[in-house]
Amino acid sequence: MSQFRAEVRAWLEENCPPAMRTRMPEDEQVAGGKQAVFKRPEQKIWLDRMAAKGWTAPTWPKRYGGGGLSNEEALILDEEMQDLGCRTPLRGMGLSMLGPVLLEYGTEEQRQTHIPPIIRGEIRWCQGYSEPGAGSDLASLSTRAVLQGEHFLVNGHKIWTSNAHLSDWIFCLVRTDPTVKKHDGISFLLIDMADPGVRPRPIRLISGASVFCETFIENVRVPVGHLVGELNKGWTIAKRLLEHERKGIGGIGARNAAKFEISVEAMAKAFAGEDDGRIADPVLRDRVAAFNIDNAAFQLTRRRAAEEEEAGAPPGPLSAMFKLQGTELNKRRYEMLLEAEGFQGLGWEGEGFSEDALRFTREWLRSKANSIEGGTSEIQLNIIAKRVLGLPD
Amino acid sequence: MALVLTDEARMVRDSAFDFFREQSPVTALRRLRDSNDPDGFSRDLWRQMAELGWTGFLVSEDDGGSAFGMTGLAQVMEAAGRTLAATPLLSTALLGASLLALAGDQAQKDQFLPSLLAGEQIFALALEEGARHAPDQIALTAVRAGSGYRLDGTKTFVLDGHIADTLIVAARTDDGVTLFLVPGEAVQRRRLSVVDSRNAANLVLDNVSVPASAVLGPVGGGAAILSQVLDRARAGLAAEMLGSAAEAFERTVQYLKDRKQFGVAIGSFQSLKHRAATMFCEVEMTRSTVLAAVSALDADAPDAPSLSCLAKTKANDTLYLCGNEGVQMHGGIGMTDEHEIGFFMKRARVAQATFGDSRFTRDRYARLMGY
Repeated sequence: MSQFRAEVRAWLEENCPPAMRTRMPEDEQVAGGKQAVFKRPEQKIWLDRMAAKGWTAPTWPKRYGGGGLSNEEALILDEEMQDLGCRTPLRGMGLSMLGPVLLEYGTEEQRQTHIPPIIRGEIRWCQGYSEPGAGSDLASLSTRAVLQGEHFLVNGHKIWTSNAHLSDWIFCLVRTDPTVKKHDGISFLLIDMADPGVRPRPIRLISGASVFCETFIENVRVPVGHLVGELNKGWTIAKRLLEHERKGIGGIGARNAAKFEISVEAMAKAFAGEDDGRIADPVLRDRVAAFNIDNAAFQLTRRRAAEEEEAGAPPGPLSAMFKLQGTELNKRRYEMLLEAEGFQGLGWEGEGFSEDALRFTREWLRSKANSIEGGTSEIQLNIIAKRVLGLPD
Repeated sequence: MALVLTDEARMVRDSAFDFFREQSPVTALRRLRDSNDPDGFSRDLWRQMAELGWTGFLVSEDDGGSAFGMTGLAQVMEAAGRTLAATPLLSTALLGASLLALAGDQAQKDQFLPSLLAGEQIFALALEEGARHAPDQIALTAVRAGSGYRLDGTKTFVLDGHIADTLIVAARTDDGVTLFLVPGEAVQRRRLSVVDSRNAANLVLDNVSVPASAVLGPVGGGAAILSQVLDRARAGLAAEMLGSAAEAFERTVQYLKDRKQFGVAIGSFQSLKHRAATMFCEVEMTRSTVLAAVSALDADAPDAPSLSCLAKTKANDTLYLCGNEGVQMHGGIGMTDEHEIGFFMKRARVAQATFGDSRFTRDRYARLMGY
């Protein structure tokens, strides 16, 4: 393994452009797709080099273009990238959600068609789950898909479809049987957004950004070959995909290379001043310590779960808390940052505020979605109560 | 850092869990309380624990121990916390053994360790003097008198103080803090009746003379030793508190399943479900910090002090949560002395204050982390 680490290190040092070893602003995240915009040429170079190694999807099988790494090797790659401050070359729902589900439930043809373009960043995917009438109660969704010979005719209205306006394909939960119990009539469909019947419309959010859309689907014909898994068995796949989604959201605090992140204690010192090395305001200092202690306890718990899995224990109940705790702590982190900043934390745009301060304000607002998207904190608590504690319905 | 137990530690853990469940359930603590037991613990139980080797985890093999470390001791303390077992684990197996093993000279080790390891003699650290844990505020004085010292002052909240055969007294000397081994009977002791029914005492040292050989560790070097030993105490007590919190939590979840109101189990109500799920998260996160702290202490890692404060903070807050939620969710029956859930809340209050409440441990954590 130490030889592998040395090889990874050497390859990264040679191939990761210096411009890609800097903090990654939100608008320089690469998600690929036909509409991909590369603000800097190095973003494309870095993506192509990593994709050629299969390291945009390190653990996926080599025969689909993945890296073919073991979990341990992938961890080493991640650690070395963190250490050098390498940016994540490619992100997106193809990598984090759809790919793992296709590898588990897709047909060989579906895998060969869809997985290589995800790894290379050529096709961008979005998620057609929520609907105006189906939020936390996702299984009550009403987007209808009617089987007509060799295709489904799909009609419906999806919402919170992140970056739908920038995506090429959408994976959708659709109702294929309205006559049975709500969980038993759902199917999982892949839909090409090139069809003019699929119309995404961005929604302006409290942060001022418009990453979320609503997506109208009107008389769209979807070939039956784009059904993943069995007809009316989509809920199982939907839940598995949510597990991948929650894992991603729960790890949100650790997304950027840690070396570029400002700590809440550094922020507190910068704005409240220092007294003999301590944060001068004792109340703020106590709150910073309380946050850091809770955060450290959570990070140790993630590590414990990984060690338990490594030691061969079955995935334990610990993972049930990751989405809940990770998102609540991320929200608290931004509250602490803004609290420390005082007036500087209140800027919306323009003069009088530092670039970082403005960024934190927007990220503070963005972070509020963490505990809503992918299953609210309240839904996570329900899941723990039911699955882990066995409390009755 | 290992956050997963070795097979060896797991074996200790399993046998300790069985031991306390069978030998010292919560009814044993109730019996000690109701009979106003003069010792406040069972000497017979303590000797059995010594026979199992649980007094020697922090003592080297050369000195008759097993050197199994804090990881091993934490398993036993967590098991004891499960049943609120009143034993001298903290005062004697952790503090007494640590202080003697780390600071004692060969003569002191030879004199004291065999009886400590055998479970025959009890030790107590006489540290606190003020309203709350403050290890750097020691006013009790030790002045040179002839070839020895004369100790003068008071101590409070000395765990197992009224029954300790030997007290380890932190005293102020010209050049700092110095530790002294003082025979228990040389000191005026008043047992305190504490809310958790465990042992604590106030001490008065009125011109107590001790020989020079009573000095434990270097003269003026007590603060450094105390600092190291108190980190162990915080981590060990955190392990005990984790056991109590987990037990209170599990009993409460069971009650939520059993108790019926409005024709259904009250555990079907979302307001209680969410709070139970929150307790689960807190207990498991506390467990991670305890494992991290004891493994860092055993490895002598530089972050052992901060991790010990981390573990004690989480244990303070989590046992407080589970004790209080336990009583609330049990409703009226939780207010009765007959039901055991109240014992956990009482223990929480005392354990929180012992060797640092969260106000103290957060301050120390922040200082250690450079802010």
